Amino acid sequence: MADLSNNFVGIKSPNPFWLASAPPTDKAFNVNRAFEAGWGGVVWKTLGEDPPIVNVNGPRYGAVHSADRRLIGLNNIELITDRPLEVNLAEIRQVKRDWPDRAMVVSLMVPCEEKNWKGILKRVEDTGADGVELNFGCPHGMSERGMGAAVGQVPEYIEMVTRWCKETTDLPVIVKLTPNITDIRFPARAAKAGGADAVSLINTVSSIVSVDLDTMAPQPTIDGKGSHGGYCGPAVKPIALNMVADIARDAETADIPISGIGGVTTWRDAAEFMALGAGNVQVCTAAMTYGFRVVDEMISGLNNWMDEKGHATLDSVVGKATPNVTDWQYLNLNYVTKARIDQDKCIQCGRCHVVCEDTSHQAITLKVDGKRHFEVIDEECVGCNLCVSVCPVEDCITMEELTTGVDPRTENDIRREYANWTTHANNPMSGS
Amino acid sequence: MQQDEKAYPGLETDLHPALSRHEASVESDRCYFCYDAPCVTACPTGIDVPLFIRQIQAGNRAGAAKTIFDENILGGMCARVCPTETLCEQACVRQTAESKPVKIGQLQRFATDHFLGDVEHPYQQGSDSGKQVCVVGAGPAGLACAHRLATYGHRVTMLDAKSKPGGLNEYGIATYKTVENFARREVDFVLSVGGITLKNSVRVGSDVMLDELIDQYDAVFLGLGLDGVNQAGLPGSDLAGVENAVEFIARLRQTTDYDSLQVGRKVVIIGGGMTAIDAAVQARMLGAEDVTIAYRRGADAMNASRYEQELAQINGVKIKHYLQPVEIHSDASGAVGSIELEYTSSVSGELQGTGEKIQIEADTIYMAIGQTLLAGQLASTVIESGANRVTVDSAYRTGHQKVWAGGDCISGGEDLTVAAVQDGKLAAESIHRAISA
Ligand SMILES: Cc1cc2nc3c(=O)[nH]c(=O)nc-3n(C[C@H](O)[C@H](O)[C@H](O)COP(=O)(O)OP(=O)(O)OC[C@H]3O[C@@H](n4cnc5c(N)ncnc54)[C@H](O)[C@@H]3O)c2cc1C
Ligand SMILES: Cc1cc2nc3c(=O)[nH]c(=O)nc-3n(C[C@H](O)[C@H](O)[C@H](O)COP(=O)(O)O)c2cc1C
Ligand code: SF4
Repeated sequence: MADLSNNFVGIKSPNPFWLASAPPTDKAFNVNRAFEAGWGGVVWKTLGEDPPIVNVNGPRYGAVHSADRRLIGLNNIELITDRPLEVNLAEIRQVKRDWPDRAMVVSLMVPCEEKNWKGILKRVEDTGADGVELNFGCPHGMSERGMGAAVGQVPEYIEMVTRWCKETTDLPVIVKLTPNITDIRFPARAAKAGGADAVSLINTVSSIVSVDLDTMAPQPTIDGKGSHGGYCGPAVKPIALNMVADIARDAETADIPISGIGGVTTWRDAAEFMALGAGNVQVCTAAMTYGFRVVDEMISGLNNWMDEKGHATLDSVVGKATPNVTDWQYLNLNYVTKARIDQDKCIQCGRCHVVCEDTSHQAITLKVDGKRHFEVIDEECVGCNLCVSVCPVEDCITMEELTTGVDPRTENDIRREYANWTTHANNPMSGS
Repeated sequence: MQQDEKAYPGLETDLHPALSRHEASVESDRCYFCYDAPCVTACPTGIDVPLFIRQIQAGNRAGAAKTIFDENILGGMCARVCPTETLCEQACVRQTAESKPVKIGQLQRFATDHFLGDVEHPYQQGSDSGKQVCVVGAGPAGLACAHRLATYGHRVTMLDAKSKPGGLNEYGIATYKTVENFARREVDFVLSVGGITLKNSVRVGSDVMLDELIDQYDAVFLGLGLDGVNQAGLPGSDLAGVENAVEFIARLRQTTDYDSLQVGRKVVIIGGGMTAIDAAVQARMLGAEDVTIAYRRGADAMNASRYEQELAQINGVKIKHYLQPVEIHSDASGAVGSIELEYTSSVSGELQGTGEKIQIEADTIYMAIGQTLLAGQLASTVIESGANRVTVDSAYRTGHQKVWAGGDCISGGEDLTVAAVQDGKLAAESIHRAISA
């Protein structure tokens, strides 16, 4: 059995699965249940100053569903905790005492003044919590009051607040980033410059999930009106993975630990985040969709996969894929592939043909000798992978690398040596 | 309604209950939206199956129904009665992939049921062309023909010998495929396009002659079906208790008081088609104890699909193969007492009696050995002498310039509702081209 124990900036937990700061971590009741279910740690629902904020009393969530109502994406307009600060702090203290082996991180969001941040940090330290997470991510409600994403979108503010916190406390400081910016590297660099021990990302993506065409209002609708919310769940994972990779391979931030968040639903999602450089992961929507017991699958799945691949500890997984993320200009232009259709697996749906014919390169037949038959025409195939992507049968269409001879499309010899755009003859900047 | 409240649940309950909106959403999501889709080719009316399923998926139920009706105005009945397992669903690539085709028939029903509600008819009667067409027979072929002609603006008079329209939809299809008076409601739906005058209880050949119609109308379409029944010429077939299966089914379809139907305890059905299966299953549902189908060839040769055969078996019907009837014997009271059958075997493709015989006790015998055209009174101009079907060319025109025909009554007819609809539709196109020229 692989060792799943996790040490994230000195915060120890029995496994790398933490619950993200959100409703699952809003109260002792929930967090106790989560720890009973086996979660490695929690980031407590974001605390603010008293008097507590208020939430809407109507629907907070909107959703994107598959045909079978599988939840693909969730959108919310909830704010930070709406319970008094002292109630939360007392519960945090008790839960940490009851579960000493689990990670207890406390998420914070207060107005952008030094005294406010310093004040709340002292009170958190008293609870015995293992660390704090600065919520610079919430994209709705709080941002309009100059907090959350309003801070996260201005690198200077991130650096400033992070520095105040580091000056005040010895607890590890994790800075949670918003994806609602154009280049995630700038806020990450700012967090690092301010002295952050780690960054966590992503918080939710600003979104309107749907419009009710009868009432002509966005959903969720509160008395006829709706406002944008934050999007999360499986749909946001690709966005989050890219941002994690951006930070992991940026020279300035390459060494900063990352807690990966966004759409983690299965062990595989977690493994992918870690392969791209995340030291652990945080989960919200998967728990809110299925309950806490999803962690069983995550733990056993990660375990089995690590055993199968011979990874004894998480350290041998984290960052393994990062070196293979590169910029487009460094991709090998001498690598040539052609699609191959396994005729035994083909069920004759014709989708590969029509998408290639209508939208790509006219490289798949519809009929051969008058009979329905789908076959790749190497003279036309650019190897784009569209047919593979739309084929409903797993492994029916695959990509085959040409290693010798001539590419029948370009009539160029297949060359084994690496050559990229930077040196390509068509590149005006290549100087060749 | 609860199933157990019904005295005859088998007869009064849909064989396939309607899909709920959610079931339809999940099922429609299974469709791959194939290109040049095999299911479209496999549908005799060529419905754009992937498109209508995608419309269901997108919550556009009315659009889905319209896609179906464009090719098959009786898409509602076809959704209920088509042997989809040998048509569209057999061709579905999901059948190839996982032996579980998309439930095309049930999705088609989901879509078309939309127009059972209080919604406007999706087609408009065309502006008056000044042409008059007589459609003889208000079965699937006649209805499809009449509807298409009406959309072109031709005035249609539809004559039918029976007291109700619908043809075998009304008198033949099994009750559990068309519950809640669906056949009649569908006829009303078809007629609501406007421009079609229906006259029931008018038999061409006796009440009015075909030649008169040819004189009166710009064109005549014959959708006569097969009104006659094959006679086995079996000794004892005139005994009380021997009946033609189609007549038994027609009686069944026309009553709401199932208690009044006298069904025997021990029933034997001779035949191997859909009619034999339907008669057997419905006899069981009416309470017959022992129901046996005797067919002279093997299971693969049966006209009833594998699914229909299984349906019979699930309902406790025994199917005996390679048995041909020899004689029906009477009991002491002079009614049917038993039937004598001989085993057969196929010798180089030819069926021969083996000489070995058995007796099966029976108080009721239904003959389901096929229907024939009752053509006696029709003008000889359209029926080639000796043929027991109307002969038509590829445009559904008979030997007479002004007479078209389609459905079961033409040679090459497939004895399927959907095939009759296709004939009626294409004949209407042909008539339209001819009379608009
Ligand atoms: C018991 C039974 C079960 C069946 N089950 C199925 C099934 O499950 N699925 C399926 O696809 N098919 C089934 N079929 C076959 C299907 O019903 C027929 O193929 C279809 O009804 C043929 O349509 P049609 O319009 O050609 O003829 P019909 O439906 O027979 O209609 C012909 C109409 O013409 C009228 N008519 C006849 N002669 C005259 C005349 N001289 N003057 C005026 N009117 C006349 C008749 O009264 C009748 O209304 C079944 C058939 C039977 C007998
Ligand atoms: C209802 C709801 C409330 C949330 N509240 C907070 C919050 O108070 N503080 C915070 O940092 N993130 C909050 N989040 C964001 C999550 O912690 C997490 O970053 C995001 O949902 C992405 O992860 P997921 O795809 O696993 O849900 C909230 C998310 C949801 C759905
Ligand atoms: S890889 Fe692209 S170009 Fe080649 S056959 Fe597939 S879709 Fe067409």
